[in-house]
Amino acid sequence: MKRYTWDRYQKTIPDDRFYYARSCIRQNFFPGSEAVFLRILRDDLGVDVFDDAKHTSCTGIGYHSDIVPLETIMTVVARQFALMTEAGYENMVSSCITSFGLYTEILTMWEHHPELEEQARANLKAATGRDFVKPKCVVHSSDLIFHFRERIAEKAKVRLVDPVSGRPLKVVDHIGCHYAKIFPTAGIGGSEFPYVLAGMVESWGGETVDYPERRHCCGFGFRNYLVQANRGVPLSNSRQKLESMAPYKPDFIVANCPGCTMFLDKWQYAISEIEGVTYGPDGRGIPVLSYEEMAGLVLGYGPWDLGMQMHQVSVEPLLNKLEIEYDESHKFLGNNGKYISHPAHCGL
Amino acid sequence: MAAKRVIVIGGGVAGMQAAVALKKQGVTPMLIERDITLGGKLCRWDRLFPSGTRAGEVVSPLVEAISETGIRTVLCGEVSEIVGDDSRVEVMLTDGSSYEAEAAIIATGFDLFDASLKEEYGYGIYPNVVTSVDLEEMFRSGAVVRADGSEPRSVAILHCVGSRDRQAGCGHCSRVCCITGVKQAIELKQLYPGCNVYNFYMDMRMFGSGYEELYKEAQERYRVNFIRGRISECSGTMDSRVLVKAEDTLAGRPLRLTVDMTVLLVGKQAPASNAKFASELGICVSSDGFFKGADCFDGATLTSRRNIFVAGTATGPKNVGESMNEAVAAAIKAAEYVKGLA
Amino acid sequence: MEKAVADIHKGSSGTVAKKFGFTVKSGRAIDIDAADMSVADEVMARVPSWSLCIGCGGCTATCTAGAFADYNFRRLHLMVRRGEVTGLRGRLSACMLCGKCVLQCPRGVNTRGVIAALMELLPRD
Repeated sequence: MKRYTWDRYQKTIPDDRFYYARSCIRQNFFPGSEAVFLRILRDDLGVDVFDDAKHTSCTGIGYHSDIVPLETIMTVVARQFALMTEAGYENMVSSCITSFGLYTEILTMWEHHPELEEQARANLKAATGRDFVKPKCVVHSSDLIFHFRERIAEKAKVRLVDPVSGRPLKVVDHIGCHYAKIFPTAGIGGSEFPYVLAGMVESWGGETVDYPERRHCCGFGFRNYLVQANRGVPLSNSRQKLESMAPYKPDFIVANCPGCTMFLDKWQYAISEIEGVTYGPDGRGIPVLSYEEMAGLVLGYGPWDLGMQMHQVSVEPLLNKLEIEYDESHKFLGNNGKYISHPAHCGL
Repeated sequence: MAAKRVIVIGGGVAGMQAAVALKKQGVTPMLIERDITLGGKLCRWDRLFPSGTRAGEVVSPLVEAISETGIRTVLCGEVSEIVGDDSRVEVMLTDGSSYEAEAAIIATGFDLFDASLKEEYGYGIYPNVVTSVDLEEMFRSGAVVRADGSEPRSVAILHCVGSRDRQAGCGHCSRVCCITGVKQAIELKQLYPGCNVYNFYMDMRMFGSGYEELYKEAQERYRVNFIRGRISECSGTMDSRVLVKAEDTLAGRPLRLTVDMTVLLVGKQAPASNAKFASELGICVSSDGFFKGADCFDGATLTSRRNIFVAGTATGPKNVGESMNEAVAAAIKAAEYVKGLA
Repeated sequence: MEKAVADIHKGSSGTVAKKFGFTVKSGRAIDIDAADMSVADEVMARVPSWSLCIGCGGCTATCTAGAFADYNFRRLHLMVRRGEVTGLRGRLSACMLCGKCVLQCPRGVNTRGVIAALMELLPRD
């Protein structure tokens, strides 16, 4: 597809020295992603990223669920900035789309309403004795992988190409709403045709699938999803996307938001139980990868080191297609080689 | 006694009409047009609402009149600056030439809204999303077809693209798009009677004589479907069709539809140069960026400068007839003014 | 649209569904692509003035039945034009055929003719 709109939305991404803010939920669903992000940036690219044990949740889930008030989340975010300042960093990289959206939104609110910033500073000082300097730059971790995509391509051990036929893999990209729908200028490629994941896919040999429901939200919606009785709406939004993309026979889905990645993966199981419908070749589902996992595979990291055994939809068909070697017997061994047990339903 | 010269800036229908009317009033007009030909936006148009008259039938007599009456015309003349005082106007062009007169009529028209700015409609991305201007050019060429050359069997026409849209920087109504949408829907049906045409509108603003009748004809005779609701998003499908999402606001439900082609009725915008010229001359523009007349009534073609007059879509979206009549009004006022000079 | 038979597998739904406490929702969108226009086409052929409706709601404002029953004639016949005809017949039975809507319509739609045609053509619920 033509991509002229992407030129309208460029953003400045620094090359080095980042303070890393982790996500609350990614450790559970895609546990290797954040670890491999640090390994790629530090070991493969030589970038200084500071991983701070002291930082907390940004409380975004609570905020978007109407539990955490604005004053509270602003103070918590102020504390993250204070930790960054204390560690001697000026650039923040956020692992979570919701946190990224909130950091960006709060900084903008402070710009328009300096009294809110003053209040956050006063609250933080009173509660912790801390001060902070606002970050020079806030980026999402997918922005960084995008920024270094050509350097990653140079080091690639695997390309997103079917080795047998030479066919570029068809990849569905899905962008979290809070990445560019709050501020289109904050995202690479804007809100309608974001380029942040498509750019990676194209640099690494694949092609993105422009399917009709590409821009549709996965349906996460926080308080909508958190209440069990309401989950039919979130589920049905993800299903609308899966139904729309299935005819294109995508090889896998890549997403940059913790919630979306989890949704598009886990709901495939729920839909198979509820409706008896499965997507993907042989009814084994469409694998869903985080962008770090995709980058990790490209750089030759092992699938179990990337945490891909924790996916709902099994990734083995994709690994086989890419002729990536893996040891099935190591799938459910943890970092220390200890057996971490099989899931009750493994989709096979 | 002072010379009685009036420079008309802009060689569209309003400018040409003003120049011809000035000549009839016994003053000496001069016409400056930035394009290589006279006629302005109408040169790209096929037929005109509500009568179906060919645009050429309106433009050609004016071009002939300009030529027959020997009105001095400068083509490819891009105005860089307009200066002067209460008794003299000097119009400078980008090529360094300059022209002087006792008065000027600004008939610089409008700019078309750039549909690609409404990114959600995918203009420039999806080949079967076109603008009303593109469709008009297809009507002129006689080949109204999809990107692959096939006949469209279903078409969605979206009203108000770049009109009544504050987010897109154009909060005003462009007025003529509704009736253009009706006209183009009918023309599509005339060309392809089996084609399903869906007009998505916010309000149907049938303000002109014969417009409501044309709308009725579109419904009754041509069975054009009118759906009240604004398309929120166009997406490409696997077979290069266009999926449109809207709300059917009269049903109170979201609505989805796949069509072979989507037409975006692009609005009229004030050219960016309006603000520049207005500040050079000390005259006013309205909040929508178009030139502001002295009042909404008898002074619609007057400005706060007694020797600067405005006509046509330079003062706001108008149909062809209104533009031409306003041009005559401006010419009469300008002629009265220069004749009254000592 | 190409049918992706190979990539969507339909089996029987499992028993886990009831444990979820939620399920897949049917879409609320009017899907013109899937619309059944047979009733609408036939009504339009019989009552051509139906095409002139502009959705002003005058018919519904004046409706004797609609004042007290769940019956909105403007919306009901719009749904027929959008190809959604199930579940309408019962509602239409509220109409008293008083004919005030015909007198009221600014576009001259023969609304009573539309109602008569619908009473015949709408599928039984």
